[in-house]
Amino acid sequence: MPTGEKRKPSLSALLLGLIPFVAMCFSVSLWDRVFPMVLGLPFNLFWLTSWILLTPLCMWGAYRLETRQESARRVPRSGGIEDANQ
Amino acid sequence: MSASSTALTVMCLIVAAGAALGFYAGAHRKMDLEQWAVGGRGFGTLLIWLLMAGEVYTTFSFLGASGWAYSRGGPALYILGYLSLAYVVSFYILPQLWEVARAHKLQTQSDFFETRYRSKNLAAFVSIIGVVFLIPYIQLQLTGLGIIVEVASSGAVARTAATVIAAVVVAAFVFTSGVRAAAWISVVKDILLLGAAVAIGIVVPYHYFHGIGPMFAAIARAHPAHLTMPGATKNLGHAWYISTVLLNSLGLYMWPHNFGASFTAKSGDVLRRNAVVMPLYTITLPLIFLAGFAALMVIPGLKNGDLSLLAVVQRTFPPWALGVIGGAGALAAMVPASIFTLTAATLFAKNFYRSIFAPTMSDARVAILARVMVGFVMAVALYFAMHSSTTLVNLLLWGYDGVTQFFPGVVLGLYWKRVTRAGVWSGMAAGIAALAVLLLGKHDPIFGVNAGFAALCVNFAVVAGVSLLTPAERSGFHESLQTSTEA
Repeated sequence: MPTGEKRKPSLSALLLGLIPFVAMCFSVSLWDRVFPMVLGLPFNLFWLTSWILLTPLCMWGAYRLETRQESARRVPRSGGIEDANQ
Repeated sequence: MSASSTALTVMCLIVAAGAALGFYAGAHRKMDLEQWAVGGRGFGTLLIWLLMAGEVYTTFSFLGASGWAYSRGGPALYILGYLSLAYVVSFYILPQLWEVARAHKLQTQSDFFETRYRSKNLAAFVSIIGVVFLIPYIQLQLTGLGIIVEVASSGAVARTAATVIAAVVVAAFVFTSGVRAAAWISVVKDILLLGAAVAIGIVVPYHYFHGIGPMFAAIARAHPAHLTMPGATKNLGHAWYISTVLLNSLGLYMWPHNFGASFTAKSGDVLRRNAVVMPLYTITLPLIFLAGFAALMVIPGLKNGDLSLLAVVQRTFPPWALGVIGGAGALAAMVPASIFTLTAATLFAKNFYRSIFAPTMSDARVAILARVMVGFVMAVALYFAMHSSTTLVNLLLWGYDGVTQFFPGVVLGLYWKRVTRAGVWSGMAAGIAALAVLLLGKHDPIFGVNAGFAALCVNFAVVAGVSLLTPAERSGFHESLQTSTEA
């Protein structure tokens, strides 16, 4: 790249991150209800709690995508040694 | 021993043990400015995790979340939404931020603005805004600490006295230790709070209702509208939820302390992995909500919802258990309060005072001024804590309204070549001005939308517009980043 501009996250990684946003934020009017209760919880509380567990799955996918691209793009560095001189 | 003295004794023992651990962690290291403020930039996954988890288990989520579940109902759910999503946002900006920070030896958020936009004045403005909006967050912790001591002592220690004691203890703690100490005490407070959340969230519903399902069935019968939005409020509906979750999830890492904490990581990859797993850390928050909902049925009519969790604990558990939970809660207030105070003091001394008034000041003198500012910041937060009766959640909502105004300057600074200093200046000024008008004029929410979010939209529009109207300028980052990757 001609400039040292920051590498942008890839589109597919961004789309994976969009899934939790749709599920927990934009779709609120679809799941903000008491019934049906699941595991004793009102539906909205159950829905959000489930997505606390599902969000890391989406982000793990994004992580795989990002790290794969990163290792393809640049030669692996000597790793961590430069930190030792702090 | 009476019930309240048992509870108080246990609580003090826990706080003392936590403080001792913190002093020990800070004792062996030379405390220059870099070490005090960013821990020497050598934290691995574990310590970063602990520092960043600070947000999840503070007085805000412990007493504030249950308080809103009790007094507001459905709208409190925004807390569950925004925390997970904030980590999603962090995945896309923190690793990049970390690289820039390392290349330019940045310590604070204002350093970022100063270097990227080549402007000391902009950085000084960012520092002052950061300090101003950290104050309600510190106030929140002091108020929470006051509530804990008041309930644990069954009212024997008055709220005012308790709040003053809290402020003094926190200030003393910040003087002697630094960010590393705070991270280590976080270990103790998080383990205790996790235990407390599980115990409260499960025991309370079973004790009074024979189960979580029957409890919610009872609430749905007695207060049919309470469990969904807008709950017990008139104007916190779905538009408010969406705008608040967006604002807060974009804002979590705009807090000067969180921004700075990401610089303490060993690598950008540590931050990325952290972003993947962090949402799991919030999994006990629903249990804390259960306590607030239970209190609605068990002890209705509390004037201050923020008391609901402790009041239901006091009614359900033996005094020693109230002491343990109170101690955990006290640490959950003290650790974040000390981090916030440290951040505010450093920002003021380094990025405001030195930048503008005393460019030749040595690092050693800056460190001294920062320590003086610790006392001043505590005093201001204490003053507000004693003279305000806002709910804990509202205090944090105001904080987010303010700090999220940094978001356009940060994210565009990283990803948009065309953004200019004048654009960021005017956008941020417009955002803060819009916010002031809306909050002081009591127009929050405005047309059902969170006022901070409305201000953020103004901010974004102005940054983009003014940047395009002003001539393109060189970023302070690119060149030196280039050289650092060649080295």
